[in-house]
Amino acid sequence: MIGGLFIYNHKGEVLISRVYRDDIGRNAVDAFRVNVIHARQQVRSPVTNIARTSFFHVKRSNIWLAAVTKQNVNAAMVFEFLYKMCDVMTAYFGKISEENIKNNFVLIYELLDEILDFGYPQNSETGALKTFITQTGIKSQSKEEQSQITSQVTGQIGWRREGIKYRRNELFLDVLESVNLLMSPQGQVLSAHVSGRVVMKSYLSGMPECKFGMNDKIVIDKQGKGGATEEAAGKRSGHQSIAIDDCTFHQCVRLSKFDAERSISFIPPDGECELMRYRTTKDIILPFRVIPLVREVGRTKLEVKVVIKSNFKPSLLAQKIEVRIPTPLNTSGVQVICMKGKAKYKASENAIVWKIKRMAGMKESQISAEIELLPTNDKKKWARPPISMNFEVPFAPSGLKVRYLKVFEPKLNYSDHDVIKWVRYIGRSGIYETRC
Amino acid sequence: MEWANQLCENRQFGSKMTDSKYFTTTKKGEIFELKAELNSDKKEKKKEAVKKVIASMTVGKDVSALFPDVVNCMQTDNLELKKLVYLYLMNYAKSQPDMAIMAVNTFVKDCEDANPLIRALAVRTMGCIRVDKITEYLCEPLRKCLKDEDPYVRKTAAVCVAKLHDINAQLVEDQGFLDTLKDLISDSNPMVVANAVAALSEIAESHPNSNLLDLNPQSINKLLTALNECTEWGQIFILDCLANYTPRDDRESQSICERVTPRLSHANSAVVLSAVKVLMKFMEMLPKDLDYYSTLLKKLAPPLVTLLSAEPELQYVALRNINLIVQKRPEILKHEMKVFFVKYNDPIYVKLEKLDIMIRLASQANIAQVLAELKEYATEVDVDFVRKAVRAIGRCAIKVEQSAERCVSTLLDLIQTKVNYVVQEAIVVIKDIFRKYPNKYESVIATLCENLDSLDEPEARAAMIWIVGEYAERIDNADELLESFLEGFHDESTQVQLQLLTAIVKLFLKKPTETQELVQQVLSLATQDSDNPDLRDRGYIYWRLLSTDPVAAKEVVLAEKPLISEETDLIEPTLLEELICHIGTLASVYHKPPSAFVEGSRGVMHKRLPARTGSGESTESPDVGTAAGGSAPEAAPSIIPSQGDLLGDLLNLDMAPPTTSGPPPPTTGMQMGGMDLLGGGLDSLLGGDIGGSPAMGAGFGAAPAVMPASLNAPVGGGLGDLFDLGGVGMPMGAYIPPKIVWLPAMKAKGLEISGTFARRAGVIQMELILTNKAMSVMTDFAIQFNRNSFGLAPAGPLQVLTPLGPNQTIEVSLPLSTVGPVMKMDPLNNLQVAVKNNIDVFYFSCQYPISMLFVEDGKMERQVFLATWKDIPNDNESQFQIKDCHLNSDAASSKLQGSNIFTIAKRTVEGQDMLYMSIKLSNGIWVLAELRVQAGNSNYTISLKCRAPEVSQCVFQCYEAVLKN
Repeated sequence: MIGGLFIYNHKGEVLISRVYRDDIGRNAVDAFRVNVIHARQQVRSPVTNIARTSFFHVKRSNIWLAAVTKQNVNAAMVFEFLYKMCDVMTAYFGKISEENIKNNFVLIYELLDEILDFGYPQNSETGALKTFITQTGIKSQSKEEQSQITSQVTGQIGWRREGIKYRRNELFLDVLESVNLLMSPQGQVLSAHVSGRVVMKSYLSGMPECKFGMNDKIVIDKQGKGGATEEAAGKRSGHQSIAIDDCTFHQCVRLSKFDAERSISFIPPDGECELMRYRTTKDIILPFRVIPLVREVGRTKLEVKVVIKSNFKPSLLAQKIEVRIPTPLNTSGVQVICMKGKAKYKASENAIVWKIKRMAGMKESQISAEIELLPTNDKKKWARPPISMNFEVPFAPSGLKVRYLKVFEPKLNYSDHDVIKWVRYIGRSGIYETRC
Repeated sequence: MEWANQLCENRQFGSKMTDSKYFTTTKKGEIFELKAELNSDKKEKKKEAVKKVIASMTVGKDVSALFPDVVNCMQTDNLELKKLVYLYLMNYAKSQPDMAIMAVNTFVKDCEDANPLIRALAVRTMGCIRVDKITEYLCEPLRKCLKDEDPYVRKTAAVCVAKLHDINAQLVEDQGFLDTLKDLISDSNPMVVANAVAALSEIAESHPNSNLLDLNPQSINKLLTALNECTEWGQIFILDCLANYTPRDDRESQSICERVTPRLSHANSAVVLSAVKVLMKFMEMLPKDLDYYSTLLKKLAPPLVTLLSAEPELQYVALRNINLIVQKRPEILKHEMKVFFVKYNDPIYVKLEKLDIMIRLASQANIAQVLAELKEYATEVDVDFVRKAVRAIGRCAIKVEQSAERCVSTLLDLIQTKVNYVVQEAIVVIKDIFRKYPNKYESVIATLCENLDSLDEPEARAAMIWIVGEYAERIDNADELLESFLEGFHDESTQVQLQLLTAIVKLFLKKPTETQELVQQVLSLATQDSDNPDLRDRGYIYWRLLSTDPVAAKEVVLAEKPLISEETDLIEPTLLEELICHIGTLASVYHKPPSAFVEGSRGVMHKRLPARTGSGESTESPDVGTAAGGSAPEAAPSIIPSQGDLLGDLLNLDMAPPTTSGPPPPTTGMQMGGMDLLGGGLDSLLGGDIGGSPAMGAGFGAAPAVMPASLNAPVGGGLGDLFDLGGVGMPMGAYIPPKIVWLPAMKAKGLEISGTFARRAGVIQMELILTNKAMSVMTDFAIQFNRNSFGLAPAGPLQVLTPLGPNQTIEVSLPLSTVGPVMKMDPLNNLQVAVKNNIDVFYFSCQYPISMLFVEDGKMERQVFLATWKDIPNDNESQFQIKDCHLNSDAASSKLQGSNIFTIAKRTVEGQDMLYMSIKLSNGIWVLAELRVQAGNSNYTISLKCRAPEVSQCVFQCYEAVLKN
């Protein structure tokens, strides 16, 4: 198991050092600094073995978190734990920065004591932790409160405490998708997938039992067989089903039930949680198409023309559109003409950045640029990195639709109808690249 | 450190306060000041002081002098302060064991506190104080806590047993804590169960033989129930523990798999990987024909792909594991190539791993896409990545034969970029391609030679030298090239020196007259001026060889080299099995067994996959063990004659079919002298690869040796005659296919070759017509065959004695033997030929009718026929239709006999003639046939049975050709 956990600043100074196992000595702290943080070369692996001691590290801004072990630990678990550790710290004091860590070091030690015992991760749900690890020092609790805390921390529903009350029961569902594309210069889709998340923010009283439904092909097809009426209902509402390649769920979702019936039921944590993640590869709506044209004119000039076409309902508006056209390292000057938006050559980033605030569906726009090059005797050809794109669209490129989210709380007197529900779809670009 | 002090000051007085005089405090004063604060009456001040102490401790400052003062703060109701003091204690108790005892009372008292949080905190901390004296006092509180009413305390106490065991294992056993811990596996609280499992697993690791975990169907059931209820971490502990269990039979294995599969949808990647581990392991036990087996295979792919959308560090762990999974069960991800395409922004460690997996998944179906990607990567920035991409192109060429040509041309394009490291890497892989496809791409040698000067890395230099030596006869200035390397002989790395030595010796054997001086020079450099023992020894070996018996030297040094195998960097199967049992762990990340990086006894236990228990399936298992055991008895004859190499055959048995390869990986770029010597043996080792079945050839040697003997026996002959067909006419001549053009003049600088094969009086002949359509005279003809399925080789030189003038034609007949080197071709009867003349070397391939290989003594004795027919498994039977054939059965029979297809018996059932026939191939394989001819029906049905079913298709083609001509 994890033998120790260290947090360093960018210079390699130790900010936090907690050793859980006897086989990890003080020199381990220095070994990591010397061999990884101060290493001359770029880090080639997130797992490093130095003198039979293994170091796992992640970086958040310029802070290094390193877990150390001398055993054959579950590597995936160690990284999951480090991410979790980051989440917990962020939930407690915001951004992970040197200053915040220094200001909260006592808290961090307390957390580390609680969520990692002898190197074994324990309950690390912020909701539960916040009930008994507070920055203000614990107030004297009544006996019931204490046992409530312990039963929650160790309990089956470790992510939610009893007795939550809201005057207004409300929930927000965000379907956040990032659409990824790699396209060849000829416009052939080399790979495309959507990775989506359903984020739920709930303000519900008691221990509500929720059931979430979407236009999952498997469910719709199954229902279709079940009864003609439901099928008709499905058609009327215009729901087209989508094929989900794979999905993963927050730990509150009953996985065995999903496996057996493909229904998503759960008791949500209070506040925000990522209910599910999914991935689709079929029938993706690619919101934009990028058509590049790069021409080398002699050895000192490049002509670039890029057309973008929006491919969605004309009534919808895409926002925050940004096209990034890489330029060679020996670029000496760039002239750009674009019909829409603003374009600028950013020498420090070796790219022309073209920004458009808004663009409706089924439109097209174009940019052309002349790039002057300095003559070089560098034999190596310019690698021509792909043209990348950023945008945000108000629909889910995978086609996912939320069909329902039902809330049952038998003990309290509010019903599904009393809950105010909001659903929002946002599609963003992930890695959206076109080779040129 | 200052920040800690400053921080505490800030907390105390607000952010305005940055007391400058504070920084000037000397260290001694600091400790003194802290001491005073720690003993202060004010709680707040005490707490701030402890915080300062902890801050100093963190940055490595020695604050152990404050031990008694800090311990004094321990008795407090303030939980936060208590925790801080405990933290201090854990750090310094070991260095101050005597004073640590002072704390014991408080711990014991805290273990009885009304607040479960405090009880747990006390027991948790006590376990971390690694002082022998304290452990004695720990036992009683721990015993109580293990039975505490509060689950939070119990789950903490469970871990504490593991802590105590780490300090004093004997004590834990003596106190009976292990039994209490075992009881906790049945606890009502899932988290207690999970921690108990984790603690027990860890303790069990250091007692490899104890039956601590005592996994049985009942306890497994409990674990599976807890699995659904506990935290993500608990699920990992339980799954990792489950993976150590070996189910009793395939049904239990299936039911566990069914209950583990829902975990594949967990958001935590570690849960997913641990579930994959359990499934991969238990799947071994499931019969392959089970529906559930294929369902499970399908279920595994999506979660593995999803792991690739996790954070990069986890992607890395996942990819390292997928690399193993792909080697063990390639079918799982074979359609998922695209997800492994490299993204521009992937961290380098993810890129390199993806590349590895891409090569593993490359197949004929996706090779075009893969190559396009690889070509793209070869222009990236990162040198390591580019190198690996170039190397990957070479590996594709070796793996997917159909793509070889495209790969070679891609590599040539890359060489043209003149980017130094790209060129070097390309040359290294082209060398491997030469070794895989000899006599095919040598035309690129000239281009390679152009880049000789830019090679500065040993591996590339060695590869180039190997190429020059190996193809010395085709490179005009080979001697000059090698000589140029020789100048700086002593500055070269050993790898290059050895290679240079071998290459010059090869050159000498090929062109002895011009290179005598050169070879002397290199031998003396290697033997006299070098202090490297390897180099010296090899030098001496060559020297002796050359001086005593140049012919033998030629045989040894220029021997046929074994072809390199498809996959050069597969993990050895037993290691792979072990690593599969360690999916998700560091071992799977390093691709090393835990014993390679874990000290002491922990985790050194070797894990193995369970054996399949299903009936009748064992031979299909790819496992080494079962393959060796299961297939030996029903060994089928090989289509490759084993050249009497019993050793080779025995070794074959030990090799798993698809994975390994006999010859050592060629990556070193060296043609070791030793390997040359072993060439013959390795050839037959390769048999396993070529034949596709692990047991080919074994046990076959005996059968045909007996059969011909009984054929000639008088009794057998008599019986055969009695039964034999009276009405058979005189045998007609063997079937000879018409001549076709094999090498058009356009492709061979004016030389056109057409020809056919014939068997005349037991001698196989290649009948060639050479036509000179060029303007100049052609001389110096010579012919060579590539290795082929039946070992065909010219029995003598190509007899073209007179020069061939323009527009002249000559007919030559070349007798062939069947004792040449063997390699399975596709199609089986494919023959690759090289013809040389004074102009150039030309290559073509042609297909010979397999009937050419039917030998004259192919008539099987009737009894033997019956026995053999029964003996060959029905799987090996193939049926074909011959359409539109208007011969009656007797005519067919006599026609076939002309081609050495002998009819042994004839039976007429309901107007249908059944002819039973036997054929013997030149390599001793028997083919048995049943030909059904129905009067008035022009369609014949033929069933062929053979121990080597691969030949059936070719034999059928012969039937068709013979009967229709």
